[in-house]
Amino acid sequence: MAVAYRQVKFYQTGSFAVGGRLLDTPERTVQSGMTRTNALTLGHRACQGCGEALGARYVLDAAMHATGNKVIAANATGCLEVFTTPYPETSWQVPWLHSVFGNAAAVGSGIAAALRAKGRTDIRVVAQAGDGGTVDIGIGCLSGMFERNDDVLFVCYDNEAYMNTGVQRSGSTPPAARTATTEAVGDEPGNPWGQGKDMPRIAMAHEIPYVATATVAELHDLEYKVEKAMEYRGARYIHILVPCPLGWGSEPADTIRLARLAKETGIFPVFEAEKGEVIAASKIRSKVPVEDYLSLQRRYAHLFKPARRDDVIGAIQDSADRNIRRFGLLGEV
Amino acid sequence: MLEQIEGSKAVARAVASCRPEVICAYPISPQTHIVEALGSMVKGGELGSCEFINVESEFGAMSVLIGASATGARSYTATASQGLLFMIEAVYNAAGLGLPMVMTLANRAIGAPINIWNDHSDAMAVRDSGWIQLFADSNQAAVDLHIQAFRLSQDVSLPVMVCMDGYILTHAVERLDLPEQESVDKFLPPFEPRQVLDVDDPVSIGAMVGPDAFAEVRYLAHAKQMQAIELIPAIASEFRSAFGRDSGGLVREYGLDGADTVVVAMGSVLGAIEDAVDELRGAGIRAGVIGITTFRPFPISAIREAIGTPARVVVVDRAFSAGMGSILATDVALALSHQPVRIYTVVAGLGGRAITRTSLVHCLEDAANDVLESLTFLDLDHDVVNRELERMRKDRRSGPSAENILRDMGLPGGA
Repeated sequence: MAVAYRQVKFYQTGSFAVGGRLLDTPERTVQSGMTRTNALTLGHRACQGCGEALGARYVLDAAMHATGNKVIAANATGCLEVFTTPYPETSWQVPWLHSVFGNAAAVGSGIAAALRAKGRTDIRVVAQAGDGGTVDIGIGCLSGMFERNDDVLFVCYDNEAYMNTGVQRSGSTPPAARTATTEAVGDEPGNPWGQGKDMPRIAMAHEIPYVATATVAELHDLEYKVEKAMEYRGARYIHILVPCPLGWGSEPADTIRLARLAKETGIFPVFEAEKGEVIAASKIRSKVPVEDYLSLQRRYAHLFKPARRDDVIGAIQDSADRNIRRFGLLGEV
Repeated sequence: MLEQIEGSKAVARAVASCRPEVICAYPISPQTHIVEALGSMVKGGELGSCEFINVESEFGAMSVLIGASATGARSYTATASQGLLFMIEAVYNAAGLGLPMVMTLANRAIGAPINIWNDHSDAMAVRDSGWIQLFADSNQAAVDLHIQAFRLSQDVSLPVMVCMDGYILTHAVERLDLPEQESVDKFLPPFEPRQVLDVDDPVSIGAMVGPDAFAEVRYLAHAKQMQAIELIPAIASEFRSAFGRDSGGLVREYGLDGADTVVVAMGSVLGAIEDAVDELRGAGIRAGVIGITTFRPFPISAIREAIGTPARVVVVDRAFSAGMGSILATDVALALSHQPVRIYTVVAGLGGRAITRTSLVHCLEDAANDVLESLTFLDLDHDVVNRELERMRKDRRSGPSAENILRDMGLPGGA
């Protein structure tokens, strides 16, 4: 299996982050460039350490870069919508439309249809939502957009619960995680065990041209996937893990660390697929136990105190190991 | 051009003549023939670059239109009944955002019990959504109203719903005058949106609005409806000049001169009501009719001006509000609150029940003699209802009422 993107081998001490100034100009990220559009610009009201704000800026700036600044964005209701547009201010420097919670994909389809009717297919559409607006309330419209193969890039910023309404469980909340509707009480504290919704694989089942996952920890990889997605026509889906300090009970300074640990533990597999088949996966650089990821988040505090729950931690480790097997995440980086 | 044609196909042709750019719908009876015809025209290349999108739900259909209209495309959909309810969040959103578009509502009852036939429950469910709601009383009116609706929608930057009675109009074949393309092109200028998603001039549409500005933004919705109430007669007048027909407007008046009993109604039942009124006049009862063409904005002044000083008003409504009575009558009563008049409300034609001339004549005679109940359900079988109420009193587990009533009436389905 191929690697997910061209690996950059030069790392800063103590981290895997790439020092932009140490790279040749063509290898630098859009974010580090002078022509970055700041599609989502300063002044918004996101929390300190918000992974979604970071992810959205990376995605939109990369999409703008890939299209010669011709992007229209459709946005679902949620944190991203609320914190960017407190009336009459807006942080968006792209044409942007928010309709309702569950319809971002269909609104994107409508924009794309209007552009086709007007012969303006040079302008591209990005529809975006949180995990609730993607895997739960928005899945009908999203599946419809996929099966019609409408020319829309849909981006899910997955922070694994309904953070905007106060951290309630979504179909993307992982097992055992505490949320306001899956409290850490009773015999099986936190979110019940079940399959949840594996949205990237649901997207792949539609055999759309391109599906990818990414985290906000690896900017090069994320930008590569957005720019690659813009090379295709038709429905595309990128699922980005965006840690949420408020909902996860983590330090704002740990947002990038947690996103990286999600990948390095195997909890969040980072891969690409074309027409329903995985074509590349990002290898784990140095495998770490899931405990390293879980213990930084208060939503999992009940797994360590008052009594350590090795059974639950072990089950989470098993599911991470299953991801590692399924996507071949170990081996030569 | 005169043609013998089904109402749905005629509406499809009228919509096509308005040169829509995006059409998106989800099938539901009795709207299907309209979108089938449009889909065929788009696929056959008759509508140029127009996009026809088959979606997974009515919620998706309205959402696609929101995106399309915000991108500056002339947009159209059609639905009915449950479909309208399924899209209702987006219906309110389209109006709140001030996005022009036209929707045909092939009026149909709302379940439970599920029923595919005509009444106005669906239109009433969205009367407060901010959409302009026009009611066609004939298929010719339906054709003409659609052309006026596209004009009105873009002039006032609001979505417009054209309501036409399901089956009674949508599936009726009759001779209609279909407007020529050239005339429609003159009547309907290109769509110049007030707000548009433009990469050269980016704006944010759909921002969060808090208590400090929400009332002002929402008030604009009312102000625009008030603009529409001025525009609608002007557009109807322009339409008359261009096409030579009286269509649209706020209200339709019939035999009001000296009338002391005035019937108010909407939609295709107006024909039967006018026949009934003719019969009453023959019997010496001075009756007249006001047909409501524009239901939202509600034409309070036009009703006051048209109605004169009757002793009584009979509102015939194809929908009702459980626990209250007629919805239309409530609005009519408000319009007439300045003058002394008795208001009778008749709920009729629910779920496709035929509104017969005989029943109407009896009912209106009773009204003229002031012996009609203030709220009447036309042709309601009280015995059947009372038997079910009795069953419910006697037996805690009396079972599903719909089945009980069907069995009681010896109808198929009441196995």
